[in-house]
Amino acid sequence: MRDAIAAHVHDGDTVAIEGFTHCISFAAGHEIIRQKRRDLTLARMTPDLVYDQMVAAGCAKKLIFSWLGNPGVGSLHAIRRRTEPAALAAGETLLEMEEYSHHGMVGRYVAGAHRLPFYPLRSYSESDLPKVNPLIRQVESPYGDGKIWAVPPLNPDVAIIHAQRADEEGNVQMWGLLGCQKEAAFAAKRVIAVVEEIVPTSVIRADPNRTIVPGLIVNAVVHEPFGAHPSYVQGDYDRDNAFYREWDTISRDPAATEAWLKEWVYDLPDRAAYVAKFGASYFKGLTPPSAPSGVVDYGDYR
Amino acid sequence: MSEQKPASRNELMVVAAARALEGKRVCFVGVGLPNIAVNLAKRTVAPQMELVYEAGVFGANPARLPLSIGDPTIVTGSTATVSMHDLFGLYLQGGRIDVGFLGGAQIDKYGNLNTTVIGDYAAPKTRLPGSGGACEIAINAKEIMVIMRQSTRSFVSTLDFRTSPGHLGGAAASATLRREQGWGGSGPSVVVTDLAVYGFNSDGEMELRSIHPGATLDEVKSTIGWEIRTPANVPETPSPTAEELRLIREELDPTGAYV
Repeated sequence: MRDAIAAHVHDGDTVAIEGFTHCISFAAGHEIIRQKRRDLTLARMTPDLVYDQMVAAGCAKKLIFSWLGNPGVGSLHAIRRRTEPAALAAGETLLEMEEYSHHGMVGRYVAGAHRLPFYPLRSYSESDLPKVNPLIRQVESPYGDGKIWAVPPLNPDVAIIHAQRADEEGNVQMWGLLGCQKEAAFAAKRVIAVVEEIVPTSVIRADPNRTIVPGLIVNAVVHEPFGAHPSYVQGDYDRDNAFYREWDTISRDPAATEAWLKEWVYDLPDRAAYVAKFGASYFKGLTPPSAPSGVVDYGDYR
Repeated sequence: MSEQKPASRNELMVVAAARALEGKRVCFVGVGLPNIAVNLAKRTVAPQMELVYEAGVFGANPARLPLSIGDPTIVTGSTATVSMHDLFGLYLQGGRIDVGFLGGAQIDKYGNLNTTVIGDYAAPKTRLPGSGGACEIAINAKEIMVIMRQSTRSFVSTLDFRTSPGHLGGAAASATLRREQGWGGSGPSVVVTDLAVYGFNSDGEMELRSIHPGATLDEVKSTIGWEIRTPANVPETPSPTAEELRLIREELDPTGAYV
């Protein structure tokens, strides 16, 4: 992870750590914090705790997003302190914000991945969103059936996705909530794939429908067990809802937030140390009982 | 069986919202209170209902109450788990959703909703989560139901920000716009609060339909920032059954985190 972040994430980059509630690479977020990247534009549908922590650590100058909250809990307090003038600390500046809806954010990655000038959608009629985000515009349908809303392509400098498994070539397989990991990866200039398990290529090829991203577009593969904690990986470990609630308390207080970052990010060398600090029994408590899929038969066509 | 505690106001709200879903087929679920109401409906008045989660699930069968909108329990045992591009494109914008369930920090008398900011957008007093999928659910789901707590701060004459359109400035303009711009839905039909249930009249304006047990007309009127349309006789919302309360307290929200 250290090498992947050092090689592919630079100051001033637009970074998309995607994964909708599921498979969020906190391990990558923490490594970016440790390497003290600055002036990043952070794109994510739901900034979640990972961007709250990166904003608190001073990595970001701008957010591109569609839903800004602690899912199931409440607010992202570190980000709020950088968006509400009354809460702004001395010497801090307001974060730049570029805001869409979920369909709009997905559409931006789709347009970026397809090399199209915009993505058309019906979403913004009579909403105030286009008034505060001039990049949400209307275009005339070339087929004479009125106007349609458009959002511009988003091509991140780097997309970081987490998944259950990949082979050493970076062919990534994922199940559960897919979010927009595939679209963000194809839209990005560089891709870091972080996985729970590295498997032989034969495992990937035995179930090709499950591949979301081919090694062709992946620049670095990182093997990082529990790398998505406190988010979750379907079938491997549950979401740590207790931590999501705890972060609400920690993040309300700038000093407590700083202390948390020191203890759990700066003072640890890597994710393996983070996992060890929690202890094996902690993660055992987050492991769900098994619910395997059936096996499908692709046939052998020699 | 031991004596049950009487229903709280939040429980009255959740039960009334769940009952409004009777007979509905495909419901798009939102975070928080909608999540509980929809899961209660699935266990009572609408067992055939397909739950759709914006995270990418059609036909969810959650075995526990999902804390977040992307909980792994919505995936295991679902009919289909799809990308968010498919969910928002094929399912929602494609017109496959009967009911969208929304909440908000502010609502006005036409059912327009604010989930973005309190105060000025550029320098907000309170920064709220924003749209998420709300603005597209509002125009693409065939019908919208709203669940939120009622107060003069939330039921306002003028929104600070219109995130999601309801009946705009009235039914006539709304119908014209919806037709001309190809919106899939007809807008909000029911609003359920901790005090009462509301519908919308032919002008697209909110109208009191029933008052929950224990609440009064004065209390309802004094917590709304405009003169609410009120019929001559306002019925009482039917009380929750023992089974509905048991489901909320023992299965859906055993720690009392939401209700």
